[in-house]
Formats: sequence, structure tokens, C-alpha cells
Amino acid sequence: MSELHRLPAIDLQGLLESGQVSAREVTNSFLQRIEQVDGALNSFLHVNQAATEAADAIDRKRSAGEALPPTAGLPVAVKDVLCTSDMPTTSGSRILEGWVPPYDATVVRKYRDAGMVALGKTNMDEFAMGSSTEHSGYGPTKNPWDLERVPGGSGGGSAAAVSAFEAPVALGSDTGGSIRQPAALTGTVGVKPTYGGVSRYGVIALASSLDQVGPVARTVVDAALLHDVIAGHDPHDSTSIPDPWPSMSEAALASAAEPSLAGVRIGRVKQLDTDGFQPGVRERFAQMLELAEKNGAEIVDIDAPHFDYAVAAYYLILPAEASSNLAKYDSVRFGLRVTPEGSQVTVEDVMAATREAGFGDEVKRRIILGTYALSAGYYDAYYGSAQQVRTLIQSDFRHAFEQVDVLLTPSAPTTAFRLGEQLDDPLAMYANDLTTIPANLAGIPGLSLPAGLAAEDGLPVGVQVMAPAFQDRRLYEVGAALESLVRERDGGLVSDRVPEPGTARDGGQK
Amino acid sequence: MSDITPETVRHLAGLARIALDDAEVTRLTDELGAIVGAVEKVNEIVSDDIEPTSHPIPLGNVSREDVVGDTLTTEQALSGAPDHDGSRFRVTAILGEEE
Repeated sequence: MSELHRLPAIDLQGLLESGQVSAREVTNSFLQRIEQVDGALNSFLHVNQAATEAADAIDRKRSAGEALPPTAGLPVAVKDVLCTSDMPTTSGSRILEGWVPPYDATVVRKYRDAGMVALGKTNMDEFAMGSSTEHSGYGPTKNPWDLERVPGGSGGGSAAAVSAFEAPVALGSDTGGSIRQPAALTGTVGVKPTYGGVSRYGVIALASSLDQVGPVARTVVDAALLHDVIAGHDPHDSTSIPDPWPSMSEAALASAAEPSLAGVRIGRVKQLDTDGFQPGVRERFAQMLELAEKNGAEIVDIDAPHFDYAVAAYYLILPAEASSNLAKYDSVRFGLRVTPEGSQVTVEDVMAATREAGFGDEVKRRIILGTYALSAGYYDAYYGSAQQVRTLIQSDFRHAFEQVDVLLTPSAPTTAFRLGEQLDDPLAMYANDLTTIPANLAGIPGLSLPAGLAAEDGLPVGVQVMAPAFQDRRLYEVGAALESLVRERDGGLVSDRVPEPGTARDGGQK
Repeated sequence: MSDITPETVRHLAGLARIALDDAEVTRLTDELGAIVGAVEKVNEIVSDDIEPTSHPIPLGNVSREDVVGDTLTTEQALSGAPDHDGSRFRVTAILGEEE
């Protein structure tokens, strides 16, 4: 079983449950894969030295006949935004280099309780600010499809790890698209649950009214497996939704077994299908709509006029909330401290010098922008207006979901772009999330899945399914059906066509 | 048209406790000017009768019993501190000479 690392999580789970393979064998297969390819990819900031030990503990329990959760022994990669008491947690920032939190995030506790084995912490844009992982304080992650291209961001590490078979599933966080956009750029699946569906306790905060943790995987069913592990109410998070959630994996498995879109009304958003999108992205998106229609779906055109203002509102709300959340990095309780030279140095000088040295350019840019948006005399014109736009975008969604069951859009305007291409142009970088941001502003769930490869460059294209708040299950039903239709058309999964890192991909020019 | 000047950037950086050198101030003045120019478009569509949304999923006040929950020990709380005396965080002087 030397190719265990290529198997879907659902298959590994079956092999583990039946005792055909041990948790140690599975874990070691992924650790070896990481050893083999991560030098080229830089998906991981930290590899868990205790992973084999954790796997052995599961194996001992299983051979002793203990009742174990179905996911026991299944490995998971963890975005470095999540506090782990047994591994360093930096959120991709130098200001937290080497910090080991004194407590676990609730989702971390949940994967531990589910018997899952952490493989390590994955790379990300610093404090999740970015769409390419180039803003990491620890060097960029490379896209497994083409090492000269970005994997998207901020969760490029989790997406690249899953795409390159370094992990069966991974955890991400999505504030404006940080799970879904990297999924699109790496040919994988990523889900942002309904806001409040997954606990934010112990998740290093970027923008508290937008942040949401979710699963990253190579198939819709595998994403659903991890979603079931992490979802649910948490008294430690006051924004956590108290209602119970139905099983996402049951929904995904049922839909994958008998894919049907009969009677499903799918909305095509006019504002998110324009000339501004790369031709190959538009082509794959149009094919996906045709495929859905051929299989019983009804396609309805939707007008969402305020979506054109979503990016602008987002880049006021996010920096405002981030500037407040990141005030805690003040050199007192954790992280870096830099003391400037001089005889009359005060704690304020130390804070300013620490934050200058510890934060990267994008973080400084957004903190200062947020400070501006919140300052006296500007608050109403910027932050206040952005919150009103948020209301308008919610009403666009409400009207849309009166007419359709789900919305389908491209997950990102382009395929993976080249490293460095947008690094010096913040506004160009911000535009990468124009398709994903509306869901965060409205709190609704979204799922990105691969639609095929773009004709012009042979790189993966993602489509996004969005559903009303609380209807996460619908994403998995529709997502699993669409995935099955693509698989049937192509004779296999898009994610299986990824080349070995550093080798040429087939189709399109490099 | 935004009104971001180098003085604005220096003032904001001071409020945000981020030391900047002159080159950073110059670059950020241009970048923030461009970004503010772009995000200002939110004002095109809003009017006084639109309620602002601060939170996407409205929940009522969340309260709990007034009992001790999970807390960190002093040792845990100090474990990541750059400097401490065993029971308190240690910082540089709070006041400068002329204060």
C-alpha cells in the first residue's frame, strides 16, 4: 500500500475502520510524501513530530477493541491560524514566530476528539491577509500544478497540501475567500460554512464578523466528512449558532451515489459572469451550467446589482476589524518584542518598533487603512457606509433565493497567476476575491469545486455553489452531483490530473 | 479624491503604533490614496434609510451562568510572554521623562 496518500479520505476511513491498514501506516505514508515534495511546495510551516505517536495511540485503542469515532486515525493538515497547544502557531507572521498557545482552538479539540492525526501546520498569508500566500512571513507556497504560480490565498498551504497528496483533508479559514479561492486555483474542494456554523474560539482573528473555519479536500464527500467533525455550537464563541446541524457527509454520499439535479433551480448571477473573467474560466463555468441543465436543473438569471460594491465594502470592513483585532500584538503577552536604542524608551516606542519589525507590508497597509476608516470624522463615510452596503448585499441574496435554490458562479476570476505578478498592486490582488466576498458579507455558505481545466493554460477552474444561510447541506447535495457529472464527463477527478510537483502538466501551454 | 497625505499616514501609523521609515510613508501615501479612492464608491449607493449590518447572522444577547469557566493558570498565561516576573507581565517604562 505505498500509494495510501493518494486515496480519498472516505476510502482511508474504510480501510482504517476495517483494520486493513493501521493509522501508523496511513500517517507515515503522508509524512513520507511531505518529506518528498514539500521542499518544492512549502505547504507546511511545521510538520508534527508527534504524528506517528498519535497514530500509534489510535492503533492501540483499536486493537484493544475500544469504540472509536469513524475518523479515528485519519490525518489532517491544520492551517496555522488555528491555536494548537502542541505545535507552534504563527498565523503566517514573524511577530508570532515560535509561539505555542496555552490552549487549543475548539476545532482543534474536535479533530482530536474525533481521533484525527495532525500532520502539521500549513502556510498562509500573514494573518490571512492575501490571495496568493505570498504575504506569508515564511516564504510563499507554490501551486502543485505549476511551481511558478501561486496556490491562491490566504489558505494556499492547506490547498496545496491537499492537492499534492500531502494530506487527505485540511482545515482552512475563510474571511473573504481564503478557503474557496485557493481551492479553485489548485483544483480542490473548499467550503466556507454558514457564519457561526463552526466555532471561532482559538482561531486567530482577522475580521470577526466575517471569519469562518471550514474544510479543504479533494472531493465533496471528503470535505463533508471534515465539516461534520468541526461543526456545532460552542459556548466559548458567542457568535456560534446553537441549532444542531444535519450530517453533511450523509447528504454528500447520497448525492454522489445517485447524482441528480432534477428540479433544482440554479441561479446565474449576471454581475459575476462578465468580460472581466478569464475566457477559460467563463467557458468552464458555462459548460457547468449546461451540464447541470442537461441533468434536470433549471437555470435562472439573477440580478444582484449591489455585488459590484462588495469588494469596496469588504476592504473597509475587513481593515477596520483587523486594525482592532491586531492591536493585541503589542509585545506584552506573547510574540516578538523589539526594544529600540535610546535612554528614554517607553512601552509605546517598544510597541511601535515591535510592530514595525514583526508585521509585513500588507498587514501594515491594512491596519493603517482600518485605522483611517474608523477615525473620527471618517467613520460614517467609510465604515458606516460599508455596513449599509452589507445590508444591500444581503437583500440581493434574499431576492435571489426567493427565485432559486442555489447560486452558481465562477470561484475566482482567473486561474492561478504567476508568483510576483500582483504583489506590488494591492488593488489587483484584492479583485481576486470579488466572487467570494459577497458570501462572507452576508454570512451565507459557499463551496468551490473543480469544473475542469482552462483551455488556454491547462490550469484548474473552480465553480462556486452558494446557498441560503443554514442550508450548508444543500451545498453538498448540489456539489456532489456536479462533481459526479464532471467526473463522468472527464473520466476522472480534476484533482487526480495534477502533475508531480515540478513536472509539466498535460493540456494547455506552460 | 482622497485626502491622504504623508502627514495623515504618519498620524495613523502613530495611532496604530507602527513605526515607519520615510520610504514606507511615501509608498503608503500612494497606496492608501489609491485604495481609499477605490473603496469610496460605497458612498454611491447608500442613503440614510438603509440600516447598517454589523453582523451577518443576528443572534440575541448570549449570556451564561455566572460560574467560573475554563481559565488559564498564571504559568500558562505567562508562557508566551517576552518578559515576566513569575506572576506579572514586565514592560518598559510607561511614561517618558517629560510626562
